[in-house]
Amino acid sequence: MLAELLVLIIKIVVIFFVLITLVAYLTFAERRIAAFVQDRLGPNRVGPEGLLQPLADGIKNLLKEDIIPDHVNKPFFVLAPIMIAVPALITFAVIPFGGMLPIFGREVQLRVADINVGLLYIFAISSLGVYGVVLAGWSSNNKYSLLGGLRSSAQMISYEIAMGLSVIGVVMISESLRLNQVVLSQSGLWNIVRQPLGFVVFVGAVMAETNRIPFDLPEAEPELVAGYHTEYSSMKFSLFFIAEYSNMVVGAALIVTLFLGGWLVPGLESTNLGPFAKGVISIAAFLVKLLIVLFVFIWIRWTLPRFRYDQLMNLGWKVFLPLALFNIFITGLVIILSQ
Amino acid sequence: MEAFLFYVFGGIAIASALSVVTRRNPVAGAISLIVCFFCLAVLYVLLRAHFVAVIQVLVYAGAIMVLFLFVIMLLNLSQLEFGRARNLVVKVVGAVLGVVLLVNLLAAIKRPHLPDAAPLSDGFGGAEQVGVLLFSKYLIPFEIASVLLLAAIIGAIVLARREF
Repeated sequence: MLAELLVLIIKIVVIFFVLITLVAYLTFAERRIAAFVQDRLGPNRVGPEGLLQPLADGIKNLLKEDIIPDHVNKPFFVLAPIMIAVPALITFAVIPFGGMLPIFGREVQLRVADINVGLLYIFAISSLGVYGVVLAGWSSNNKYSLLGGLRSSAQMISYEIAMGLSVIGVVMISESLRLNQVVLSQSGLWNIVRQPLGFVVFVGAVMAETNRIPFDLPEAEPELVAGYHTEYSSMKFSLFFIAEYSNMVVGAALIVTLFLGGWLVPGLESTNLGPFAKGVISIAAFLVKLLIVLFVFIWIRWTLPRFRYDQLMNLGWKVFLPLALFNIFITGLVIILSQ
Repeated sequence: MEAFLFYVFGGIAIASALSVVTRRNPVAGAISLIVCFFCLAVLYVLLRAHFVAVIQVLVYAGAIMVLFLFVIMLLNLSQLEFGRARNLVVKVVGAVLGVVLLVNLLAAIKRPHLPDAAPLSDGFGGAEQVGVLLFSKYLIPFEIASVLLLAAIIGAIVLARREF
């Protein structure tokens, strides 16, 4: 009992640190890839090839003066970055990042919590992230922040619908809401082949949920100064960025788990490596797939222009929602006909 | 462990529910209501109703309260000062009604002895069992609830449209 608790705590600590490091280096990767796309070099001076840049950014943000303007509503001003960062980080608790690792004679399942409604848990917690945005915009007592906050939260709740409906096809195929079960049901064929329309709608909805270009009008500099995080400085500001990038990581991890086979490697089960090697390879496979999906997100950001707000809402309600419903219909039809 | 969680989250639920009605700032009231819903979801989990708990957070705390907050923020109600109830009659009637409600609730749950707990089936509280029940035993209430929601959506659109 105590050993189980200890294993759980170690898993939580390890995942938390890996997540924070991944988020920090994602900001660095974004700047380098943006630079290469724009035919320049990017930050390469701090440390070898610029790899210590996130450390420098972190130290800078910690030591900067934390200004709370006089005209803001102080309790909500301080609460808002917390309300956006915490849901972004705890969503990762149910994602299976590997198969099973035998350590010290016990089998360690490579996820923090295996909830029987795991997929719904992720949608529930990420829908709580909207509050941070709304509160940040409103408590700043500033027209641009309020507009940016309201626009961003309207966008987020509109695309939550398409996001939830597009994975119902996946749930119908794998007949379970447990994320590990969804991964295991893809051992024959990855879901991106069985649910192409669901995949496209889901990726679009995830990009809109995490406010990535082409859906990032609420944060666009030429439009709204900096949107809902205009009045924030130092650590609170970097909390917004940690939240945004960890939302991106969780969205990419969900795409990998639901559509790209999670931690499965085709052909790994039939080899006769030991269970420890299989466990390590499954973690490595998950990380590689995650990094590829994150690279595609960054690539799209620096290639496409952004949508106008009415085009964005049009897309969410009039295109993605009907497509997701159509996907459910077609999936149901195929399942019935194939029995 | 369960009893400890029940008392802690039940206490937070009561405290936040009280805070909803005592705050002057409506946004603070709305945030307290969100905390209350979250604690209710924890209580549902303690009752092994996992699906209902997650749906509570997803629908109530995640969608409905966001729209409440939108309305409060757009109407800028924090500047509005609701005057305290000055009329003595209003205060007395309010207190009496509160006591009557309390007596009603206590009478509804008081029994000479509680019934024995039935053993739970394997997938109790999961999406599959709730779904099966919704489509077999409770099909008519389910369909009527969908029609009600449709009527509400149409009503909202009719109220809010501009004249074409």
